[in-house]
Amino acid sequence: MTANAANETAASAQRRTGQATGVAGIAGTAGTREGTSVSLRDLTRAFGSTRALDQMSLDIAPGELVALLGPSGCGKTTALRIVAGFEYADSGAVLVDDLDVSGVPASRRDMGMVFQSYSLFPNMNALDNVAFGLRMRKVGGAGRRKRAAELLDMVGLSAQARQFPHQLSGGQQQRVALARALAIEPRVLLLDEPLSALDAKVRLQLREQIRTLQQRLGTTTLFVTHDQEEALSMADRVGVMKDGRLEQVADPSELYSRPATAFVAEFVGTMNRIPGELGTGVVTVLGVTVDVQPGGPTSGPVDALVRPENLTVAVAEGGNGIVTNRTFLGSTTRVAVLLSEDTEVLVDVSPAAAAAMTPGTAVQVALPPAPVLVAARAS
Amino acid sequence: MATVAGQRATAPAPGAGARRRRRRSFPAWRWVVMIVAGLYFLLPLYAALRFAGISGFKDVFTTPGFLPSLWLSVRLAFVTWLITMVIMIPTTVYVHLRMPRLRRLLETVTILPIVIPPVVLILGVLQIAPLALRATAWMLALEYVVLAMPFAYRVLDAGLRSIEVKTLTEASNSLGAGGLTTLWRVLLPNMRTAVTSATILIVALVLGEFTMASLDLQQTFPVWIVLFDQENAQVSVAASIFALVVTWLFLMLITVIATRQSRRIGGGEVTIFAVAPRETIGN
Repeated sequence: MTANAANETAASAQRRTGQATGVAGIAGTAGTREGTSVSLRDLTRAFGSTRALDQMSLDIAPGELVALLGPSGCGKTTALRIVAGFEYADSGAVLVDDLDVSGVPASRRDMGMVFQSYSLFPNMNALDNVAFGLRMRKVGGAGRRKRAAELLDMVGLSAQARQFPHQLSGGQQQRVALARALAIEPRVLLLDEPLSALDAKVRLQLREQIRTLQQRLGTTTLFVTHDQEEALSMADRVGVMKDGRLEQVADPSELYSRPATAFVAEFVGTMNRIPGELGTGVVTVLGVTVDVQPGGPTSGPVDALVRPENLTVAVAEGGNGIVTNRTFLGSTTRVAVLLSEDTEVLVDVSPAAAAAMTPGTAVQVALPPAPVLVAARAS
Repeated sequence: MATVAGQRATAPAPGAGARRRRRRSFPAWRWVVMIVAGLYFLLPLYAALRFAGISGFKDVFTTPGFLPSLWLSVRLAFVTWLITMVIMIPTTVYVHLRMPRLRRLLETVTILPIVIPPVVLILGVLQIAPLALRATAWMLALEYVVLAMPFAYRVLDAGLRSIEVKTLTEASNSLGAGGLTTLWRVLLPNMRTAVTSATILIVALVLGEFTMASLDLQQTFPVWIVLFDQENAQVSVAASIFALVVTWLFLMLITVIATRQSRRIGGGEVTIFAVAPRETIGN
């Protein structure tokens, strides 16, 4: 109890300081200020018998954009909502600039949030929506209108300032929501699948816009998504979640090229499963024996996990597979090859090489001698 | 869709065209139904008007007790409305936000005042009511609050269902607004249609209620009309028609005010009998 009260006092004192810099920032231009660090420590949260979060820990550096990626029900949204203060953790803590904010209500956390959709206040026009947070911070009428207009300009919606949410498109609404969240110069920006309700083209534009703004303002950002492309293209680091736990946190290229677990390997990008014979530290796949990367099972039936670009294929009479399909992807062509009755692999080849691989062609698929990740064989 | 409502306001020409088309395709049997139903409602009114005569109407205003009883009814309507809103708005919002599972229970509980006959209700209330409150107008107002609860709850619940209460509240919180500010600045303005409908229902209810008022020994407008029946039938009938007109005017007034305000933000249309949520307009 006492500890909690102390925490709250500390956090509110800190908030006042934050507010002071916020007002100063409004007077000048959108200034660069010292970023905020966020730490999730051993967060655990259960809903009934299901564990939404299980001892989840994550450190976000000042100014960093971290994406939480995972299938629905993996706990990523719960984690974000705990950081926002809309949900509480059964145990564990959220530290903002090394201060525990667990006892601080959402309205005092100074975090901007963009929701999936329908979060704009229908009774206010775009400008008033953006100005709302400033109004709550007792910024005067002229000051907040000026600042709100600046932010609307920043997201390219100056012309729509007087329009009400129902007069705006989905993409415009989300841009207003972003401007509204940034208007309060939040210490942390939280994005809860902000693009998932939009159509593909708008999603792509807004993705870039969010990233550009976030980098320009240097706002520490936590971004939740189930779309791996979104996570990989926008984030400094991506945390892949499964069953309430973080499987791996890494920068996008490492996540793709060196996945720590089979789940990460298969969730991010396209992955082939090829049955292999497990030895000690080695696995025999497609007649080749290669080293096994740590992180998989050490016994039992396994599949080797190999990306389409890491396999080679060549036309070969009496080879180990038959081409079943070809998909032209621009710079490469993805060829589907049936290896045995229940194993089909995808192999990326140059369009020129793929020209000869019409469906029905006998081919030889081979694995280069590089370490592979193995996973327990799917039944 | 809401956008359609907006377009209708800015471009009246296509709307007028649609209306013309609709009139052309109005089939004859609909006219028959409308005329029969209209006669059913209007004939008794016409008969009452003939019976009361002009002198009856003149006498209404000079008959003792007219103004005080009307004034009492209006005050009762206001107090009932105020108490109901202060209790029911936060309750429905809270249930929507924090205890959505309780909604079914609340629906059942709030229907009880309709199921239980008013006579039983008031006898029960009189048994337990503190002495100071018994047979006062305040007591009656509190009873009316109970009577109004089912209607108010249903309308407010429907209104809340048509907006994203949870998301709007969280968005408001994250921007630094506390609970009361969120209720006042974010939720209430978007519940305007529902609040208006609830208001209309409550006003209509209070201006027409007889059983409780008479058992509670309060001479409200309906009670006054019935008391008069025994002395001068013509005046009484004239007063009934007058009551109808007054109630109708009140409801029109509320509707007009609410529609004008909600049109500004592209909200739903308010009618006396139904609330069209934003989504259904133009469908």
